[in-house]
Amino acid sequence: MSTMAEKIFARAPGKGEVVAGDIVMADIDIAMMHDLTGPLAVESFNKIGTEKVWDPSRIVIPFDHQVPADSLDSANNHILMRKFVEEQQIENFYDVKEGVCHQVLPEKGHVIPGTVIVGADSHTCTYGALGAFATGIGSTDMAMVLSTGQLWFKVPETIRFNIDGKLKENTSAKDIILNIIGQVGADGATYKSCEFAGETISQMNISDRMVLSNMAIEMGGKTGLIEADAKTYDYLKDRVSGENRNRLKAFIEKSNLNTDLDSEGLEMIDIDVSDLEPQIACPHNVDNVKPASECSDIEIDQVFIGSCTNGRIEDLRDAAKILKGNEIANDLRLLVIPASKETYLKALDEGLIKIFVEAGALVSAPCCGPCLGGHTGLIGPGEVSLSTSNRNFKGRQGSPEGQVYLSSAKVAAASAIEGRIAVPK
Amino acid sequence: MKGKVWKFGNDIDTDIILPGRYLIYTDEERLSEHCMEGLVPDFKSKANEGDFILGGTNFGCGSSREHAPIAIKGCGISAVIAESFARIFYRNATNVGVLLLEAPVISKVIEDGEEIEVDMEKGIIISESGKEYEFKKLPPFMLEILEAGGLINYLREKNE
Repeated sequence: MSTMAEKIFARAPGKGEVVAGDIVMADIDIAMMHDLTGPLAVESFNKIGTEKVWDPSRIVIPFDHQVPADSLDSANNHILMRKFVEEQQIENFYDVKEGVCHQVLPEKGHVIPGTVIVGADSHTCTYGALGAFATGIGSTDMAMVLSTGQLWFKVPETIRFNIDGKLKENTSAKDIILNIIGQVGADGATYKSCEFAGETISQMNISDRMVLSNMAIEMGGKTGLIEADAKTYDYLKDRVSGENRNRLKAFIEKSNLNTDLDSEGLEMIDIDVSDLEPQIACPHNVDNVKPASECSDIEIDQVFIGSCTNGRIEDLRDAAKILKGNEIANDLRLLVIPASKETYLKALDEGLIKIFVEAGALVSAPCCGPCLGGHTGLIGPGEVSLSTSNRNFKGRQGSPEGQVYLSSAKVAAASAIEGRIAVPK
Repeated sequence: MKGKVWKFGNDIDTDIILPGRYLIYTDEERLSEHCMEGLVPDFKSKANEGDFILGGTNFGCGSSREHAPIAIKGCGISAVIAESFARIFYRNATNVGVLLLEAPVISKVIEDGEEIEVDMEKGIIISESGKEYEFKKLPPFMLEILEAGGLINYLREKNE
């Protein structure tokens, strides 16, 4: 009678069965760091003094936060990381051309259900959408993983969100997760494993599942798990190679990692999304959530469609459907950034990029963009941003006197046309 | 430990502690120059060695950037006291040698600018007017990590 998190950690050496609250030393299947958190982790790794990383085939390094380099400092960080990749013969290195880490890892087949993945980035929880226990860690912990392949964890308790009902046409997974965070609060799931289950999730594609898992951290969650199913297998089957392919098939067919509903301490919250309206997270906290219809007096200077939350092809299709044949409002800037090269190519093939450019958008190569306010598309004092990303903290996208609102790609596109927050029809 | 309190509210996130545009730096000196700057410009020069940061609930929420506790450390802050901490921040702060103390309702009873004292042995925070508030005592191994200045120094000392 165990939760998914308990079952996954039960694989840890020397542990037959584990329960929430146990401290376990777990073997790490995949470790990820990027161009912005990598340098600190490499510094710490060098201080530890281990000569070689534990397993170069299990380390993934994508460049995404500052690509292409926008300053000498970031160019130097890239040089440092490329040197590390070469010296340590890291097998999975994705230089500036590939895209946002949390899109690249699933796309390239690094996320296998039932595995333990750590990343030096808080949105590592995204991979939970494919049934992996994935969580964000800092650079010192990453240095420990690089040296030993292990890290200690407190096995988390679980909150399971049972989501039922069919979403309305103008809403999406983003509205579900914003609504949940608004309900439970920014620390409502601290240290807990969040699980998303129910009929709505079974029907949901992998892209939308990733939206939910991605934002588990915004309520303090340690990860955002979704039980692997036939959709997970279909998504991954052509992405994994070699032995992993058979392992994946066997896992999906015989998986017993799903949460037992009679697990001790399991907290369950039922949510019906049939009447859900488009949602907005207002400044400066992600749990400051209101229906979009109550925000229609908010004028916007910049709209950003992209990021590891909503930069996938499904999001770009949603936005293009609304923007097609329309022009964005005067004095408004619309930035569209596909989350990966794969997404970008699909958007090109489907004619979406043409729709965006004709509507007046700036389309950039895959990267994190304005999401973290460190690279491109920053907002100035007094400016208002509407963003499909995951955080609206004070100063998140540039000036601390700026304001960031969060929404789905549908709301973002409709709002770009209106010049103010708008509810898509 | 004695020092002045710099009081902030609930949900102090890592973007406030250290904005994303400074993550290109890795050294404590440069990072600390931008610590808390969205709320208190030039925080580092205003804060004195040994001062305390006081928060409400969920201090350190958001990103996994270890740059945030490193910036706090570089400002000479002797401890961050809050009602609760976000998970990744808690671990990162300990790993880089920043002392975090968890005390219920503390942000409702201590004011900004107050001179307070922290008694680690007794596990109490003493307000300017002499009132005592308990914090959760840390286990010995965590104190050893903090005394060593962080996890890596601690491991290196152990190996020597």
